[in-house]
Amino acid sequence: MRRTVGTTDTGRDNALAATLLGRAATWQQADARAARLARGRTEDAADAVRLADDYRLLAHDLARARALIPTSRAREYLENAYARAHATLHHGAWRLGSGLRRLFAEETPAAMRWLAPYIVWTTLIFVLSGCGGYALVHRYPDLIALFASPDMIASVESGKLWTQGLLNVVPSSILSVQILANNIVVSLLAYCLGFLFGLGTLYIIGINGLMLGAVFAFVGEHGLAGQLFSFIVAHGCVELSVMCLSGAAGAAIGEALIRPGNAGRLESFRVAALRTGVVLLSCALLLVGAGLIEGFISPDPRFALPARIAIGVGYWCVMVALLSGRLVARRGAPPASAHP
Amino acid sequence: MSAAPPGLRVDSVTGIDVSLPLAGPGARAFAFLIDWHIRLILALAWYVVGTLIYNGGPALNVPPAHERAWFGTVVLPALVIYFLYHPLLELLMRGRTPGKRSVGIHVVTRSGALPGAGALLVRNVFRLIDSLPVAYGVGLTLMVVTRDGLRCGDMAAGTVLVYERAVSDAELLQNAAQRLGTLDTTGAEIAAELLQRWESLIPPARVRLARALLLRYLGSAADLSPADELQWRSRLERLARP
Repeated sequence: MRRTVGTTDTGRDNALAATLLGRAATWQQADARAARLARGRTEDAADAVRLADDYRLLAHDLARARALIPTSRAREYLENAYARAHATLHHGAWRLGSGLRRLFAEETPAAMRWLAPYIVWTTLIFVLSGCGGYALVHRYPDLIALFASPDMIASVESGKLWTQGLLNVVPSSILSVQILANNIVVSLLAYCLGFLFGLGTLYIIGINGLMLGAVFAFVGEHGLAGQLFSFIVAHGCVELSVMCLSGAAGAAIGEALIRPGNAGRLESFRVAALRTGVVLLSCALLLVGAGLIEGFISPDPRFALPARIAIGVGYWCVMVALLSGRLVARRGAPPASAHP
Repeated sequence: MSAAPPGLRVDSVTGIDVSLPLAGPGARAFAFLIDWHIRLILALAWYVVGTLIYNGGPALNVPPAHERAWFGTVVLPALVIYFLYHPLLELLMRGRTPGKRSVGIHVVTRSGALPGAGALLVRNVFRLIDSLPVAYGVGLTLMVVTRDGLRCGDMAAGTVLVYERAVSDAELLQNAAQRLGTLDTTGAEIAAELLQRWESLIPPARVRLARALLLRYLGSAADLSPADELQWRSRLERLARP
């Protein structure tokens, strides 16, 4: 009796599997529809409405396929089609243009608001480090050897900044690329090293602040502080701000790891990194501009101090506009083609 | 119940979870090596061809240091190709690169969706950490020790790499045709129903219905010779069996 029932069940399952496979053409249509919607290649409302029906049909058939034909290619096809329908139905179409626009117009300003307290603290640490570096070298001038190269020290002691005649040695374009590449790497490191419970970020921000303060104290001793300010002001407003921003993002990651809350350390890290990481793209773009200014304008003696200040402040305003989302036009929500 | 391979499972309102097979360190490393070769070859090709064109002949000697035009047209684009290969292609190819595509994997979020631009950028920024100290040491170690085979960038961006099941439409139809055999969908449903109710039907009804179904789908080829009801059921099962 048991054998009879088993044989009958097998036959019935085979028949059910055959019934299931009879719907292969329907699955193909559903998958093609989901693919069109996922790529944003259709805005047909009927397609979007059908996607919900497709989703239910695929779920139903997949459940049967997992039980009846678990090792078949048909089940694999269904898994794929179901996953695609699920993603399309729940997350909508993926468009690079609208994704980038959302990044700049919505996600970056939101991240900036969230980062505000971290920005305040990081800037404070940077300023305090700068003051510390200044006080240290002002009190013990020999300590400048910890922060500056022998060539720089020799140049300042001979009464001229190391930046003078820089364009005679390296063309602006090459200088710009070297500077912006270096700055971008430092900013990204300040961000990524937040991974070490924020200590890496703290170290990079602290060291940069100390160096800036120490160098200003040293050149001040030799009456060159005004010249250094004139060199820095055009690119430095944005460059130093971006340094603090990257540090703030890294500090947020560090805090997420130190105090993860109920979500758990990994999830907390993921949320913080994803929230703050979007700021890094803006930072990198801003550093490209700062590098160009530093390569073409800052070492060029033809630019007077007022012009440099105007460029520095103007570019800083561009930075604020970009980070607050005002530079990228907000549009209405993208067409909800994939959201029936 | 489920014979799907182990991997990422995403809950669904239908009650049927979405199953995405996760790519392990092997597949990921293989994809990375392919991508590394592609970007290295592209960058070198640009450099060599650019230098040849710049020199105006078959000479690869580097121009004097800091020559602006050579740096801007030859060195800089080669560096851009090499260093921005991953973030740019992942953005343009929706979480894929040529290497990932050839291995059959792609990047998705933990909810199974294609990652946004922000997530793709974050996972690439964290390559700085993953590539430490050398040859992606941190990234590879993390991939081996974490449950879902994640590197630091994936943890930060909330992404995973999953296999794409490459079953073509033609393959599906061929599979279906093989399994359907002589039955169409209606016939298969009737056969399934009949076999399910077999024990509850009276013997003459079993034979009559089985005979009618065999005659309809096999026609003159059907074995309709007198037999007991067990044999009729066997014939019906053979018809239903793919």
